[in-house]
Order: sequence, then C-alpha cells, then structure tokens
Amino acid sequence: MTDQDRPQYQQLLARKVEVVNVGLEGFVKDLRDCGIDVVHVDWKPSAGGDPQMAALLAKLGV
Amino acid sequence: MNVVVLNEVRKGFYLDSVALMRLSREVAGSPGVIEAALMMGTPSNAAIMRNAGLLEEGTAVKGNDLVIAVKAESESAAREALDNAIKSLDKPKTQGEAQSAWQPHSIAAAVKVRPEINLALISVPGEFAAAEARKALNRGLHVLMFSDNVSLEDELSLKQQARTAGLLMMGPDCGTAVIGGALLAFANKIRRGRIGIIGASGTGTQEVSCLISEAGAGISHAIGVGGRDLKKDIGGITTLMAIDAFESDPETDHVVLISKPPHPDVAKSVLERIGRSRKSYTVCFIGATEIELPPNARFSPTLRGAAELALGDKKIGAGFDAKGVASRLPRSGRGGIEGLFAGGTLCAEAQVILAAAGRKVASNAAIPGVVKLGVEPNAGRDRLIDLGDDEYTRGRPHPMIDPSVRDDALRAALRNRDLSVVLLDLVLGYGAHADPAEHLTKIVADRGQDAPALIASVVGTEQDPQGRSAQVRKLEQAGILVAPSNAQACELAVAIVQNAGR
Repeated sequence: MTDQDRPQYQQLLARKVEVVNVGLEGFVKDLRDCGIDVVHVDWKPSAGGDPQMAALLAKLGV
Repeated sequence: MNVVVLNEVRKGFYLDSVALMRLSREVAGSPGVIEAALMMGTPSNAAIMRNAGLLEEGTAVKGNDLVIAVKAESESAAREALDNAIKSLDKPKTQGEAQSAWQPHSIAAAVKVRPEINLALISVPGEFAAAEARKALNRGLHVLMFSDNVSLEDELSLKQQARTAGLLMMGPDCGTAVIGGALLAFANKIRRGRIGIIGASGTGTQEVSCLISEAGAGISHAIGVGGRDLKKDIGGITTLMAIDAFESDPETDHVVLISKPPHPDVAKSVLERIGRSRKSYTVCFIGATEIELPPNARFSPTLRGAAELALGDKKIGAGFDAKGVASRLPRSGRGGIEGLFAGGTLCAEAQVILAAAGRKVASNAAIPGVVKLGVEPNAGRDRLIDLGDDEYTRGRPHPMIDPSVRDDALRAALRNRDLSVVLLDLVLGYGAHADPAEHLTKIVADRGQDAPALIASVVGTEQDPQGRSAQVRKLEQAGILVAPSNAQACELAVAIVQNAGR
C-alpha cells in the first residue's frame, strides 16, 4: 500500500501540519514559535449565540 | 454594607477565556469591589453568574454577548470598576500575535484561502465546540478539540463522522498532542525520537513525554484521544485509529498508551488490536490492577513506570532518595497529606501510589477503590484534589493557565495542622502559565514555621519556555522540596509521614 492509498489519518503523521486555530488566541503564538503555519479565525458564536441553533446549522453544513 | 450589583452587556462582542480572565482580575482588584466577572453569556456562564448573585434582576444574555458583572460595596465603587472595564474593552488591540496577520471569520474562509490547512485546533466554549468541529470535519480537516463540557452524544457522533471520513478526531478535552514536531495546545518542547504516545490524558501524556525526553530519548508523535475515548459509549474510536496510524509510521518503534482504566469491552478490543501490531507497547491504565496483555505489551499502573518501561527499564530520577530526604526534615502536623493538582492524571497517579502505600485516600476525581470526596465520609483520609475538574474550571481557564485556582485551597492547607505534607504539581510548556513557580512561591512565602512540608514535581523540559531547572530553583529557594517526577513526590510524601511514625 502506498502512502497515498492510506486513509488520511494514517498519512497525517508523515505530513506537515498546518493549523486553523478557533478559540484561544494564545495558541497562535505558541504554534508560530514552533515554526507551524497557522491561521487564526476571528471567531464569534454563530446563530446569535444560541448553541442549539449553531449545532443545527453546522449539521446542515451552513 | 449596601451591596450593589451592576451589569453591562455588550451584544455580539467576543473575547476568549484567557483575555476575559485577565480583565476579570483587573476589575476584581478595583477598590471596593467584592466580586467581578467578565464572561460570554452562554447558558452555563449565565447560570454561574446568576448563582453567584452577579446578574441583576431581569438581565437577559445570549451566548454571543459579553457580560461584565460587578458586585461592590457601594454604587460609586461598582460604577467606577464597570467604567474601567469598559475602557479596557474599548482600547484598540495592539498586542497579540494573531492580530498581526489576516484573520478570516470562519473555518470555511480559512480553508478556502489556505487549502494546505489540514488540522483544526478548537478551544471555543464547550457549547459551541461541537458545531465548529463538525464544520472542520465537513471540510476534510483533522480536529484537536481542546474544549471540554461537550456532550457524550456529540463526541460519539463527531468521532463516527471522522472515522467514516478517515480523519482523526482528538478530544474533546484533549489537552495536548504532538504531530510531527507540531506542539498542539498544552505541549512541552520534547526531543524527537522513536517512542509514540496515545493519551486519553493530557497531563499524563505531558508527564511521560517529559520524563522520556529529560532521560535523553524522544517522542515521534503524541496523539491525544480525549478523556472519554475508552469509555463504553465511545468504544475507543480514536484510540484504535491512533494504533493504526502508529502501525504505518516508520518513525515509531514503541508506543505508550495512557488512560484511566477503560471499560472492559473497550480494553478487550484495544488490547486485541495491540496484539496484532508489529510494534511493542507499554500499556499504562492508571490505577488498574495487572491485566492480561498480548506478548508485545507490558503494563504499568503509573506514569513514571510507563516512562521507565518505554525507556527499556531505565530508572527515572535514580539518585533520588525519598527516605533519606524525609529523615532530615523536622516533624510537623498530624500526619495528613493533601494534594492540590493542576494535572488530573497526576492526581490519579498520586492516588495509586498513596493507596499502594496503605494510605486511606479520598479524591474529587477518585480512581476505583478510592473514596469520592463530597459523596462518602472522608474524615482521617488524605485528600487529593484535581483542580482541573469541571467543578473548578466551569467558566474559567484551567489551572495550568491560571494557577490562582489553587491559591485559596493552598492557603487553607498551609494553616491546617492536621497536615504534614502538601503535594503540588507545576505543569510547564506551551500554553501554560509563563511562570507558575513565581506565582506559587508568592502564595507560600508567609507560611508559618510549623506549616506542612511542601513537595512539588515539575512537568516540563529544559527547552520549555519557562525552563525546567529555573522553575525548580525558584521552588527550592522558597523551601519547597522538588522531586524528579510526580510519582517520586508522592513517595516522598509517604516517607515523611511514615518517618514521623504516623
């Protein structure tokens, strides 16, 4: 089996990790200090701050 | 005294929990302020503030509202503190690494511009974390979910979705991971090497990886699976995938699996999978008794033991003589031990060691065979407290970020003459507090001469931002005894109380 044929989770360990950070901003500096490329999301609770609605929208792929 | 509560609600204004903690502290320190909180108005945070009497009658908040709540001795004190908090919020942001770069508003926008992104690190409030993880999985990203307070149903459904898509879902409540040199969330600067770790415990993974690294060996990758992955409901989905991932990883020769004792059915399937592996394993089920293992695996009930097995039976802290140190100490207290831990698995390891030494133990995070604090009578027992447990962290950062969670309990312990020993842990590394030793030494500086002995262990490496030896030195200068590992700190605690004939 070649690397490309393996499921993605088995390839992850051999790949360069590039991160999208959603939440604590402090993690961004830590990652960059380790040489990891990271994009920080300017996150706000979606669906007007209603967790149930936010979960539903995520399930619907919105 | 006329207690006044004032609130300010900022609609649609988000700050992360660490930024909120800093501001909360500033406001709480204002003259005349009894209590203050800055929190997002999620349902659980609103309940916390309401229970603390910090929400005015009729104040309605939503999850995307920032709530500033001040309880003060007078109207003028409350008003001044509130005004200062608002000024701080309105200050333009000038610091913060993330501010210097482009910031999309969603995972989808980030991935669209940077298709190379392959992992989402999620640390938003628990109520919203599953939704963000689902968005990440839908876009083909692996997920490390640092957030906790996520339902078991959401965890199962996210892990099933991830498995179907061939993606790794680490967490919820995954404190650490190291993938290829990338240190994710709370992680230490460890040496690269050929030992892999699968951890259902963040601090357990940190302790084992640091002990291995400080002993001169190294870690290939550490995959976090979340504290509930080996429960019956989840069935070890991520753990089994992690075993497969290590199987095909040419950088890994040996794997350490760290977890609290799993459900027997899950243990069976995990051990069966390990038995089919071509790699050797150390299985560390903290607090479990000896279990039946396949020929390629060895068992340790403690983190230090797991590190020693992974190192090929090399001893950790070989020169440390707990009995010798204990024999040179003056007697104090009536023989009790209290442990105040930032690391949940370090607390579990302490329970294993104290119970094995014949101590009667109680804990809020009790392992099998230990009395549960607050549920069963615990008079005359050693108390081992996990300060990272939900009851201490709901609505506030983990004690590894904000060590002040421990302050009140520590001050009380130092005055408690039933105690001969107070056990502590310091966790260093990325994501952790910048100088936990400095914080701790200030709290204990004015303790009495007959205060209990303070014993600490420091989870970290010399290469961590805080520097392990510098932290150890600060502790030792403050008269705190520092052991090479958490396990040896516990052994020293036992030796001290035994030496005193108690």
